[in-house]
Formats: sequence, structure tokens, C-alpha cells
Amino acid sequence: MHIHAYEKLWLALSIVLILALVGTVTYGAVGPGVAMVADSQSTVDPGALDEDERFSEPRVEQVGENEYEAYVVAYQFGFEPTPIVVPANSTVTLHVTSRDVIHGFEVVGTNANTMVVPGEVSEITVETDEPTEYGLLCNEYCGAGHHVMEGKIHVVSQSEFENRGGDSE
Amino acid sequence: MSTAIESEPTFVDKFPDEARVVRAAFMSSFFALFLGAIFGIIQTLHRTDVARIIPSTDYYTVLTAHGVFMVISFTIFFLVGLFTWALTRSLDRPLINIKITWTWYGLMAAGMTLTGISILAGFVDSIDMSADVLYTFYAPLQAHPLFYAGLAVFIVGTWIAGADWFRTFLAWRREHPDERIPLQTFMVLTTMTMWYIASSAVAASVLLFLLPWSLGFIDQVNPTLTRTLFWFFGHPVVYFWLMPAYMLWYTVLPKIAGGRLFSDPLARVVFVLFVLLSTPVGIHHQYLDPGIAEGFKFISMTNTMFLLLPSLLTAFTVVASVEYGARKNGGTGLLGWLTNLPWRKPAFTGMMLAGLMFAAGGFSGMVNAGMNINYLIHNTLWVPGHFHLTVGTAVALTMMAGTYWIWPQISNKPIYSSQIGLFQVVLWFIGMALMSNAMHAQGLLGVPRRTAEPEYSGFDYPTMFGGFEELNIQIAIGGTLLFVSTILFLGNLVLTMGNPKVSGLAEPLPSPVSGAEDAPKVLDNLRLWVSIALTLVVLAYALPIAAIINRGGLLGPGVGTYPVWVAPLFDALANAAATLLGAVGDASAALAEVVR
Repeated sequence: MHIHAYEKLWLALSIVLILALVGTVTYGAVGPGVAMVADSQSTVDPGALDEDERFSEPRVEQVGENEYEAYVVAYQFGFEPTPIVVPANSTVTLHVTSRDVIHGFEVVGTNANTMVVPGEVSEITVETDEPTEYGLLCNEYCGAGHHVMEGKIHVVSQSEFENRGGDSE
Repeated sequence: MSTAIESEPTFVDKFPDEARVVRAAFMSSFFALFLGAIFGIIQTLHRTDVARIIPSTDYYTVLTAHGVFMVISFTIFFLVGLFTWALTRSLDRPLINIKITWTWYGLMAAGMTLTGISILAGFVDSIDMSADVLYTFYAPLQAHPLFYAGLAVFIVGTWIAGADWFRTFLAWRREHPDERIPLQTFMVLTTMTMWYIASSAVAASVLLFLLPWSLGFIDQVNPTLTRTLFWFFGHPVVYFWLMPAYMLWYTVLPKIAGGRLFSDPLARVVFVLFVLLSTPVGIHHQYLDPGIAEGFKFISMTNTMFLLLPSLLTAFTVVASVEYGARKNGGTGLLGWLTNLPWRKPAFTGMMLAGLMFAAGGFSGMVNAGMNINYLIHNTLWVPGHFHLTVGTAVALTMMAGTYWIWPQISNKPIYSSQIGLFQVVLWFIGMALMSNAMHAQGLLGVPRRTAEPEYSGFDYPTMFGGFEELNIQIAIGGTLLFVSTILFLGNLVLTMGNPKVSGLAEPLPSPVSGAEDAPKVLDNLRLWVSIALTLVVLAYALPIAAIINRGGLLGPGVGTYPVWVAPLFDALANAAATLLGAVGDASAALAEVVR
């Protein structure tokens, strides 16, 4: 089979490009430590979230110095708690599940983004910076009222967070 | 044109029965394109808040119709027409039994009609039927059973079409035991091989889970499982849309450019790579899904990146073939040969512009494929921005441009107006450049896809590359140009059908510069490629699917049923009422504050 010299060069460059793309993602995982939403959390009965210790009370709680866990429930058509109040300059691990259908969880203007599937729990860890407010929206079609499904994330100062009793309602 | 060519028979002269099937398939395809375009323009103007002629709850009916009619009916009906033409033409023999051919066409048309009815019934409140589940029909949102049943019938139709072509090929093989498989037939057979592997998963999802569930035979399904089975099919289906375009770029475009295909062996390699790599990549649509381990996502990503290879090779071969044609016709210089090309022919210009946009779509696709950067763009408007370059232009524009060349071959009627055709393909390019670019940019702002009203009450989008409103205007203008372009295409074709039949339209396809005799024999060994493809699919999917079933159970971890044709309407109304009451409450509280 005859392959033109330019075509061989093109083929070689293509393979270099492909390996470079795989390389950048590998670097992203081992260098800056971008972890994928995965199967780290056990499944949950979406019809009985009240009985699940993680989701019976959607909340934000402190688990270590500057480390917090948030438990969020998505439903047709909203998020609980709303707003989700988290302290500034901290590490927050979000656990998100759905009470009914498939939803999305997207913090607008950031890369905090995950699918929310009933029966499964999405776990993503984010770093917060200065106090600010973020919009939260559902980015997967979830029914006729999909476009009204939104929430808020309030990043507040450590002292304000503590004044609220550490919990958000 | 010399008289020798004028006496050459066209496809319809040689195979009138097959030509009738091809025309019928194209007509179904273009009818779907017409409906899809109407829903497209309604949707564009609604989303951007330029004109809202429907309530927002009906937007999802429009969106489902646009998706299903465009990417299932328009593309696949065109494919079966084109493949019938290509196989018959390249084997130079009729199909074995035209009744079987009409049977699969009938099944496909009947199936799509059922599905179409179930979708369109969503507009009529008095009919208790709807399929507002979008093209991806993720459970536990549940469509009317007719939606799933119609899709199943449609897919069975495509399977019989594939069998029809394989049987015709085998009949040819008995008559020509020692010949190489003609290139176009090779393309048909490899593409259908990929289709059988890919569509088996969605058929299993529909027949084992979704249809019995919608009929009430089973109470629940595992949403991660049905979603994974959808994407097992959902990625290779994009190559099912794309392969007809590739066939036209490889076998027809060089001819129109005045030359010949550069390399037959490389074209075969490309199609074999698609058989091998199209399917074990679907999990890249589920990078952000919970319940699937990171390792499986990484494997899928690596396969996806290697899937760039056949498209990069195609870019080289197609451009080289066109350049060969230009230089043969006196073209010189580093880029000067570009002026020796038939830019006035809509078939040529349309396909070249489609290829150019496919390159842009390829680059945004590389971003999508990157697992960790996917966090930034997943389910944002970036994604439809991407696939309107690929399926919406590389495929759709090539199909329209190809029609300008092929329609005279299958009807003996010359195209009504080449000028309108040229204007139309350029208009598509401009409209898509505006719309798709703005969609990508809005996606980076975080604007979600698949929503009737992307403006929210609680926050504004950040401003980059122009604000949300400005990008909306670009989307609306682009979408309008695309709608006008589609209507011009369809109008031109309808007027073409009114033209009298003439003779002398035949345009035989030349043989490649480097022919099949240069291609290693192993490339034609379909059994080998099928077994490797199946092995790769098992490697990529056996463990993830086992893990998903192990986690959630075959029928899911107690997930409820949410039929779109009854409950959500009430939910939406209740929600709207609650919002209204909330607003009234807030207002009265504020008022009370003021009064106090």
C-alpha cells in the first residue's frame, strides 16, 4: 500500500496531537488534581431520602478545619437547601442527589458541574475564594418546568458562617 | 460535454426501480428537514426571547420534535437513500428483491410516523399523549408508549435495509468471486456493521426496559443503565450520520472538483477505524455521571481521542483529492490552485464549506472529549454549538449540496436553479457561523442547553466575548438565516421536480489515483473487523454495565415513574402557582414592612 510522504507526516502529527490531548488530561488529573464525579458514594433510595442520614436534612456542615460537607437534594423544580451557604476560603465537598428525575447541578461561571441521577449521589469537591454569590441552575431537561429550576450559592465570610450557626436552611 | 458522455445512461436509466426507492427515501428525509426547520426557528426565537409564540412548557415539545426529526428522520432517511444508490451503482447490479426494499422503507416510514404523532400530540391538550422527553429520552421521564414503539419499528426497518444490502453484496460476490469490494459498497457494509453493533444497545434499552415500563408491565427502570445503553448507541449514531457525508466527500467531491480520489486504500482504512472505534467511546457523554468509575471514563476518553485519527486522515485525503483535480485543470502555486475549482457549483461549494465547518467542529469536539475540561462546558449551550457544526453542517450541508449533484442522476431532471443553490449553501454557512459561534460563547458563560428560558431571576451571567443579550441576537439572526436557507433548498428541489426529464445528465464517477489493487486484502476482511470491534466493545462496556447493574439493580434503586403526558403538567402549574403565591407573599411582606 502506497502512502504519500506528506500523508505519513500528517499521520505522525495527528498521533502526536492525540497523545498530547490525552497527556493534558492526565496532567490535569495528577497535577492540579481534577477528579471526576465517580462511584465513590453508595446508592440511595430516592423514594426514602427522609430515612437517609445524608439527605434527610439537606445542609452544610463542618467536618474539619476549613473543610465542609454539603448535602443537596434536587427535585422538580428546585434545590434544597436554598441558598446553599458556604464559608469563604474553604474546601467544600458537595453531595447531590435527586428525589425524582435526572437533573443537572451547575454553579454558573465556574466548573462546578455534575449530573444528578436519582438513586446515585454525585460527589464533587470545590475550593471557595472570597465572599460572593453564585447562581445555581439545572442544566438537564427535567420536565415542563425545567426553566424555573434554580438556586443560589452564597459564599460568606467565616465569621458570618459561624454566626448562622454553621448550618444553612 | 461530448456526445459520448451524453449517451451515457444515468442511474435512473439503468436502475429505475432502485431510483424510485432512493427518491422516496430522500423525500421522507426532506419532509423531516422541513418540519425540523420549522421547529428550529420557533425554538431559536423563543430561547433568545425575540418572539415567543408558544408557552414555555410547549418549548420541550418543539425541542423533541426538532431533535428527533432532524437527527433521526432527516439524516437516516437520507442515508438509506444514498446507500441504496451507492451500493447498486458500485456493484452495477439491482437489489435482489425490490419488495424487500419497499418493506424496509415502509417500516421506517411507519415507525417514524408513530413516533412523530406521539411527539406532535404534545401540542394538543385534549389528546392524552405526549413524548416531551427530548431526543435522548432519559428515564425516569417517561414518554407515551407509541414513542418507543415507533422508534423500535424504525430501527428494525434500518436493520432489514442493511440485510438487503448485505444480501445483494453476497449475490454480487457469487458472480464476482475474485474482485475487490467496490469502494462505495465497502463504505455501505462497514457503516452498517457499525450500525448493527451500536443500535443493538438502544433496541435492548427500548424493548427490554422502556417500552414494557411505559406499558406498565414493569414498575421502574435503572436510569443510569438506560442512559448508558442510550449513549452506547448515541455516540456511534453520530458516525452513522457522518458516513453518508464522508462517502460523498470521498467519492463524489473529487469528481466535481475535476479530479479523482487520492487514495482508495486510505479511504478503506478510515472506514475500518470507524467500525472499530465508534462504539467503545459512549461513556464520554457521561463524564459527569455519578455511579461510573473514573477509570472507565478514562478508557472511553482515550478511545475517543484515537477516533480523531480517521477524521484527520479524511481531512488530508479529501483536500489532496480536490487539489489533484485543481492542478489537473491548470491550477498552480502554493494556494493558487484554489482558483481552479468549480466554486460556482453549489454541490462543490456546499461540500467544501461543510468540510471547513467540520474542522471547526472537530476542534470544539476535542474540548468536549477532554475529561476534566468537560466540567466547564457539559450541558451548556457550547454542546449544541458544537453539534450544529458537525451534524448540523458537516452532515446537513453536505447532504443538501450532494442532493444538487445526485438528484439529476436519480430523476433525469436538471436542478431548477444553480444560482439559488449556491446562494443557499453560502447562506447556510453564514447563518451557522453566527449561530454556532454565539452558542459556543454563551456556553462558556454557563448558559445551559435545552431550556425554554435561559434567563434566571436570581443571577446574571458573567460578561465575556460580548454579553448574553448580544450573543442572543447573533443566535436569532443565524437561526433565521438557516431557516431561510432550508426553505430555499426545499423550494429549489420542488421546482426541480417540476422540470421536464432530459437525457445527457450522467456523471460517471472516476476511479481513484491509487486504486483498490493497492489496498491490502485484509482490509476487506469484514469478519476480522467485526470480531475486533466486538472485543473492544466488550472491553469498554462489560465492566461498567456490570457495575451499574450491581449498584442500582437491573430495574433501578427504587426510582419512580414520571410520565410527561400527565403529571409534569400539573407539577408545572402547581410550581407556577407556588412561585406566584411566593411572590405575592414577598410583596405583601415588603408592603407590610413599609406600612409599619
